[in-house]
Amino acid sequence: MKIKWVSYPYLVWMMIFVVVPLLLVIYFSLTITDGGVTKFSLANYEKFFEPIYIKVLLRSIYLALISTVFCLALGYPLAMILASKEMSRKNFLILLFVLPMWMNFLLRTYAWMTLLERKGLINTFLSYINLPPLEILYTNEAVVLGMIYNFLPFMVLPIYSVLRKIDPYVIEAAEDLGANSLTVFLKVIFPLSLPGVVSGITMVFMPAVSTFVISRLLGGGQFTLIGNLIEQQFLTVGDWNFGSALSIVMMILILFSMAAMARYEKDYEGGGLW
Amino acid sequence: MKLSKWLFISVLLFSLVLTGAGCGNSSQVTLNVYNWGDYIDESVITDFEKETGIKVNYETFTTNEDMYIKIKSGGSSYDVAIPSDYMIERMIKEDMLCKIDMNNIPNINYIDPNFRNLDYDPDESYSVPYMWGTVGILYNKTMVEEPVNSWNILWDPKYQKQILMLNSQRDSIGVALKKLGYSINTRDIKELEAAKEALIEQKPLVLAYVEDDVKDKMIAGEAALAVVWSGDAVYMKWENPDLEYVVPDEGSNLWFDAMVIPKTSTHQKEAEMFINFMCRPDIALRNTEYIGYSTPHMEAKKNLSAEILNDATAYPPQEVIDKCEIFKDLGSYLKEYDRIWTEVKAQ
Repeated sequence: MKIKWVSYPYLVWMMIFVVVPLLLVIYFSLTITDGGVTKFSLANYEKFFEPIYIKVLLRSIYLALISTVFCLALGYPLAMILASKEMSRKNFLILLFVLPMWMNFLLRTYAWMTLLERKGLINTFLSYINLPPLEILYTNEAVVLGMIYNFLPFMVLPIYSVLRKIDPYVIEAAEDLGANSLTVFLKVIFPLSLPGVVSGITMVFMPAVSTFVISRLLGGGQFTLIGNLIEQQFLTVGDWNFGSALSIVMMILILFSMAAMARYEKDYEGGGLW
Repeated sequence: MKLSKWLFISVLLFSLVLTGAGCGNSSQVTLNVYNWGDYIDESVITDFEKETGIKVNYETFTTNEDMYIKIKSGGSSYDVAIPSDYMIERMIKEDMLCKIDMNNIPNINYIDPNFRNLDYDPDESYSVPYMWGTVGILYNKTMVEEPVNSWNILWDPKYQKQILMLNSQRDSIGVALKKLGYSINTRDIKELEAAKEALIEQKPLVLAYVEDDVKDKMIAGEAALAVVWSGDAVYMKWENPDLEYVVPDEGSNLWFDAMVIPKTSTHQKEAEMFINFMCRPDIALRNTEYIGYSTPHMEAKKNLSAEILNDATAYPPQEVIDKCEIFKDLGSYLKEYDRIWTEVKAQ
């Protein structure tokens, strides 16, 4: 394919802000600095395979998976409601759904801190109606809740856009042939919506597995995820080499999950990320 | 050919954009000041701008380590920073600070001689004292009934999920070391490993590892006990009279924060003006009254209200100070502390 000249600034941009930093990260991850001497070494990767860091990685994957499952369970019905023909004022509902996304997600996460606090709004309400208080701020549950809240739209919107494109005549045909609504859903709608589901899963899992802000704010610095570990290596400890190795590990993890999803997606048309 | 020409032009344009930013206002100096969060009466900065015509770009950090990395990794151009003792010692060793011409800082004579020429800067050539204090336990009297006099209370299962720790490497490891009766500057790996075990053992009891948010949490009564800096304790006690501060009997950390000029500075003269301004009696008084920390400034201290002066939190008696230890720079041994803190947090 012939590259048009308009793409050159973009290429330069990509070189400076994607390719060069990536090469730097790889370089840092493969070197160690000992007493002012820099030499190539795999020590950073070796260090990663210590049980304590593997545990951090597994914890990140575990929490990300849980929130992806929840997002799917909550997001699919929601997408169906939004896409259904009978829904009047659909645009208004979509607007309501997307509206919070226009606000910075840090602010929204801080808001959850105030809501979930021991003497926060939710607990004040619960004690008002004589229910026991919730102690969930700074726990795993709070982190997962934060992830679900922040990433749910990434699940709903791709599924919604695929569902909306399903030809209504296909469904009508199924119904004419005697399928009940459950069969229509299982045999027609769900298979047709899979591309949206797959890209929804990818779009939720990737930011969830790499987040460090949500776990920091809602986890109170106790639940170190791989994102927090990387942040700590760069900003507090100053071990850029180990931090880079961790970043590479995370990039590989993300690439793997994308590749797995892409392979699955090939059989279907559209709706995918690549 | 065409491709290389376009590449060349785009690179040229791009570099013009990058360099262009610095040339704009050569007439007006902008001073980049890097300070702890909540550590100044910000109206003081406005006054400095009004009096001198120098614009101040004010930024904050949450721990010494954050500040160090930001300056060390380059790309910043801070003219004044306010780190603590051990970090100043480290930055001097690593040649990261400019010598300050004390002739330009006549107001340094207001600083109590007891706070001058301390070990971290024995010749007083790199730093001008700003505030000082201790590290201790802040507790809520309505939630903790027993007397608080030992770090061990932070390991008491009774207070599960009622304890806030500092998300700061040297401070939190220091608490564990003091609890075990060791020096906060230990270079004994066995003692450090013991401190690590203690912190890991404590982790299930800890509600959160916090920074400046400790203030909101403690004032709102979200937790019973917290490790805090004395100056923050003064402020929190103002806001919530149920709170009390104590330096545990095992001893603690005595610290000093001082103003320095990093080598990244391009306006050393203006930076010295700023430091001198901060030491002016009325300005020092305003800062002290506003943030609640303990001042080494004699004139400012004289004008403080009796209520603050008699508060042992801000101005502890000598026997409390004698129990305390000052952080030292650990040199290359620091990486063991880094490792231990990373392992505690990753656990």
